[in-house]
Amino acid sequence: MTNPAPVPALVELKAVNKHYGALHVLQDINLQVARGEVLVVIGPSGSGKSTLCRTINRLETIDDGSITIEGKELPKEGKSLASLRADVGMVFQSFNLFAHKTILENVTLGPIKVKGMNKSDADKLAMGLLERVGVGHQAAKFPAQLSGGQQQRVAIARALAMKPKVMLFDEPTSALDPEMINEVLDVMVELAKEGMTMVVVTHEMGFARKAADRVIFMADGQIVEEAAPQEFFTNPQSARAKDFLSKILTN
Amino acid sequence: MNVLIDNREVFLEGFKNTGILFIFSAFFSLILGTIVAGMRVSPAPAMRAAGTFYVNAVRNTPLTLILAFFALGYPKLGLPDINFMNAAIIGLSLYTATYVSEAIRSGINTVSVGQSEAARAIGLPFMQTLSLIVLPQAFRSVVPPLFSVFIALLKNTTVAAGFSVIEAGSIRSTLSDLGEPLLPGLLWVALIFVVLVLGILSPLQRYLEKKWRVAR
Repeated sequence: MTNPAPVPALVELKAVNKHYGALHVLQDINLQVARGEVLVVIGPSGSGKSTLCRTINRLETIDDGSITIEGKELPKEGKSLASLRADVGMVFQSFNLFAHKTILENVTLGPIKVKGMNKSDADKLAMGLLERVGVGHQAAKFPAQLSGGQQQRVAIARALAMKPKVMLFDEPTSALDPEMINEVLDVMVELAKEGMTMVVVTHEMGFARKAADRVIFMADGQIVEEAAPQEFFTNPQSARAKDFLSKILTN
Repeated sequence: MNVLIDNREVFLEGFKNTGILFIFSAFFSLILGTIVAGMRVSPAPAMRAAGTFYVNAVRNTPLTLILAFFALGYPKLGLPDINFMNAAIIGLSLYTATYVSEAIRSGINTVSVGQSEAARAIGLPFMQTLSLIVLPQAFRSVVPPLFSVFIALLKNTTVAAGFSVIEAGSIRSTLSDLGEPLLPGLLWVALIFVVLVLGILSPLQRYLEKKWRVAR
């Protein structure tokens, strides 16, 4: 039931280890993400799930092991790393829209500067994406003039503008007011339906149930459990997972 | 008042050269200081080390010694000749750039790490992350300290008077040679500096602070 489909892995982590000083934050992580798969990573804070997500585009370096995307090892630094990052979209907890640029410029910057697209094509692409995430009418404003939910949707559009092969979401709704969470999740569910490969670190169990193909549960730097969402939520195997679920599913 | 009017040629010539020294030195130190600040936050350890060495070496050397080197030591090195004015501009620029670099580096530290992470995440290399995302935001928060540096530069230009550059700092000695009384001449020079700072630099600072005020 938990066997991944026999397609080549788009993202593969093999025996990945990372330390923060004495803290062994990622312990011998092995993980594959198939093309088109939506992988949800959950776990208590400090379990290493955000770190795991951030290693995939090397915003965090690793101590040993290997991370490959389409079979190619992540470059260490420089131009080749930059061009790989262009293929891996990232959405942050704190949005991180460029504060001195308009919403439209936030989305067109990557296509223009990294992909060499001309401005009018980039504007057209960006407007299309902004319409799609429902903030087209805000294009001329600056990030600080938008609500958190709107900013996060712009951040998703900014990542999509690079036409990434995989999208990483690092707790995309954790900094949002409750009433704005769904507008962001709706966009993510749409993306999942369209077949985008996604790695989503989240506390939103509703999203995991609705959109995930597979859930991994992390604790203390290890992958403790790995299952289809239905299986994981109804029949968790490990004591850690049972404990975690009992705490977050009560409300 | 008579001292000023009778010797307006001396004052004009002096402050004209002060202006030239200031404008060129401010321009070059801003460019060099920005480059050095970029080096100091670079991912390459050699760049960081070079930037740190430059700042520590030059910032801890008295300006007088730096100008003395260009006026007295440099000509003996057998390199292409430079006149005293250009030598003073080079010396002032090298010296002021260290302060500019530190002001800008403190500004870089005010830009949240998330901004550069987001830039890297869409595939921008280090140089573009710095020039397109980080520095434009860093400059906004360093306008006040940067203007302190430039006000200091404006006054530091007078040190060049000691090395054969005719500028505002040398007006006094020119006046003495002409037999004018010492104190009024000095007071006029000081007053004109105050007017330059309050009349030009301060309004420019206010304008830039207002223009670049951005909600975060």
